Amino acid sequence: MTNSTVQPTPASATPEGGHLLEVRDLYVEFRTSEGVAKVINGVSYHLDAGETLAVLGESGSGKSVTAQAIMGILDSPPAHVRSGQILYQGRDLLTQPEEQRRQVRGKEIAMIFQDALSALNPVFPVGWQISETLRTREGMSRADARRRAIELMDLVKIPAAERRIGDYPHQFSGGMRQRVMIAMALALNPKVLIADEPTTALDVTVQAQIMDLLADLRRDLGMAMILITHDLGVVAGVADRIAVMYAGRIVEHADVRSLYRAPAHPYTKGLLESIPRLDVRGQELATIRGLPPNLMRIPSGCPFHPRCPYVQQVCVDVVPHDLVLGDGRTSACHFAQEVRDDSAR
Amino acid sequence: MTAPASSTKVRGETILSVDNVVKHFPISQGVLFKKQVGAVKAVDGVSFELRRGETLGVVGESGCGKSTLARLLMRLETPTSGRATLEGRDLFKASGAELRRLRRNMQMVMQDPYTSLNPRMTVGDIIGEPFEIHPDAAPRGSRRKRVQELLDVVGLNPEHINRYPHQFSGGQRQRIGIARALALRPEIIVCDEPVSALDVSIQAQVINLLEQLQDEFGLSYIFIAHDLSVVRHISDRVAVMYLGKIVEIGTEDEIYERATHPYTQALLSAVPVPDPEVRHERNIIRLTGDVPSPADPPSGCRFRTRCWKAQEVCATEEPLTVARAADPHPSACHFAEVRPAAA
Repeated sequence: MTNSTVQPTPASATPEGGHLLEVRDLYVEFRTSEGVAKVINGVSYHLDAGETLAVLGESGSGKSVTAQAIMGILDSPPAHVRSGQILYQGRDLLTQPEEQRRQVRGKEIAMIFQDALSALNPVFPVGWQISETLRTREGMSRADARRRAIELMDLVKIPAAERRIGDYPHQFSGGMRQRVMIAMALALNPKVLIADEPTTALDVTVQAQIMDLLADLRRDLGMAMILITHDLGVVAGVADRIAVMYAGRIVEHADVRSLYRAPAHPYTKGLLESIPRLDVRGQELATIRGLPPNLMRIPSGCPFHPRCPYVQQVCVDVVPHDLVLGDGRTSACHFAQEVRDDSAR
Repeated sequence: MTAPASSTKVRGETILSVDNVVKHFPISQGVLFKKQVGAVKAVDGVSFELRRGETLGVVGESGCGKSTLARLLMRLETPTSGRATLEGRDLFKASGAELRRLRRNMQMVMQDPYTSLNPRMTVGDIIGEPFEIHPDAAPRGSRRKRVQELLDVVGLNPEHINRYPHQFSGGQRQRIGIARALALRPEIIVCDEPVSALDVSIQAQVINLLEQLQDEFGLSYIFIAHDLSVVRHISDRVAVMYLGKIVEIGTEDEIYERATHPYTQALLSAVPVPDPEVRHERNIIRLTGDVPSPADPPSGCRFRTRCWKAQEVCATEEPLTVARAADPHPSACHFAEVRPAAA
């Protein structure tokens, strides 16, 4: 790949013909009356066919905004894409006219949201909502679309699909609603599914069911998936690679196993040490001091430096670039090597 | 801040005892002639004891009645039946001055730090409001100083006393809620999902604060949460609720290492562990279906519709939450046994 020196794409080699989906150096800001919030500050990641990329971050880290930019559903104003590219099969979505983007949305890249109750329309039966895209986009007849909707509901394992197709969203439980939304997303056989906190609103037993379903569907339908979450536990089970975001940047990018074994960014390390674990007893909870930054006043240098235990003068002065570590991972920390060695101990 | 008078009292003695508490919310039909057609059995016969200085964790999925239980204990709901004894008095029968006195000893921290603080009051007014209701807790002249002390205790800047809630982050707001709960120097604090609205990096700060305050003031916590890892971390004893009942209760060790109720075992196995290496070794029990409606719970054992061990006896006979042969802690299962893989 010719531009590999410009954009290091870590953790996996570029396949023939480029990545399925690639975000390149994306900058997004929210222009509000109180000032400009720099929400995304140079995010690059990629996704290949059939793999699962987890994007991990806390509220305000920009993980959802990146996904909305990919889908082209940013609220603008206030959101404004300042620069960057979003390449899908080599074409830049950001420069495409809305008409062409609509063809990609749903059919090539589909998205499911955290809160299924507010994402579904309360006054239409679920079957109608699932089949809506089939009628309007594929020009299917009502009868055909209905038949396909039942198939889709079976696919996402909603029991007695034929009987429940006329039910309204409020008649379903939280887990079943999430399944309805997954069925809607799958209607046009997308190649990429973006799941934005798909299980955050659900109970643990139901969460396990939905994560299993997503993993099965991804495998059976050969989809690629971007899983956006704040939950380090959920990620560990399903993802191939992880991109950790902080203050609108990707601070660490690695395959799942090496990241959990030895995080190479102080933020990731802090996160892993601050969660209580079910399988560990008498654990002392480490904390990350301070608060996430205000995006209107992002600290100079490394945005994590006011909270970082490894902080030195260089961190205040110089923005760290992605440091490529020996095993093909990257960490945006001046002391990445040191942090990783500390974690591995 | 000085320790409450209770510090001389014996750690480990029972401070609150709850006996067979029931709360049914009526479902009514008709506009003009309302009649009751059923009841949502939110809490259906819950008993436990809280000891001085301990943390009792209450876990369960949404709709299991854990928050209703908290509201009952705070007397924000009136129970259908049952008793709760605090300081030797029946909490549910108390009224007037007696109720006010009992309430002073038991305070609450709410889940959502965004809606549980009045946006039009300053932090000083919010934390000082308990003193308006209980004027003898702090003389008028010293209240401001007391509020500043409280801010300091929970790790906030005492100079921020005149700020409004929107000027604080989620974690800081939760600290304000904790300061308010501490104002009257209670012995018991009921925490209803105190960290579930917070980001992971902030969650640990608040948990550590709660633990530190417990050591300092000898507090007893009832810690309600759906996150089993957090509950394990903070609790001495744990009660597992399902559809309005406690299905298993025991020490942290008994519940997390030697659980005998199938529901507890399934719940524990479903918790995602943040370690890809361990995950494949774990034996996850997949529960099918959803929690039944508390308006129409299954006969006999309420968990039987999702239980892989269910037999005929489970439909006809309700298992009591009593000590079973499998392990000497109370478990409400006819076939209670320690999961071999977990042992």
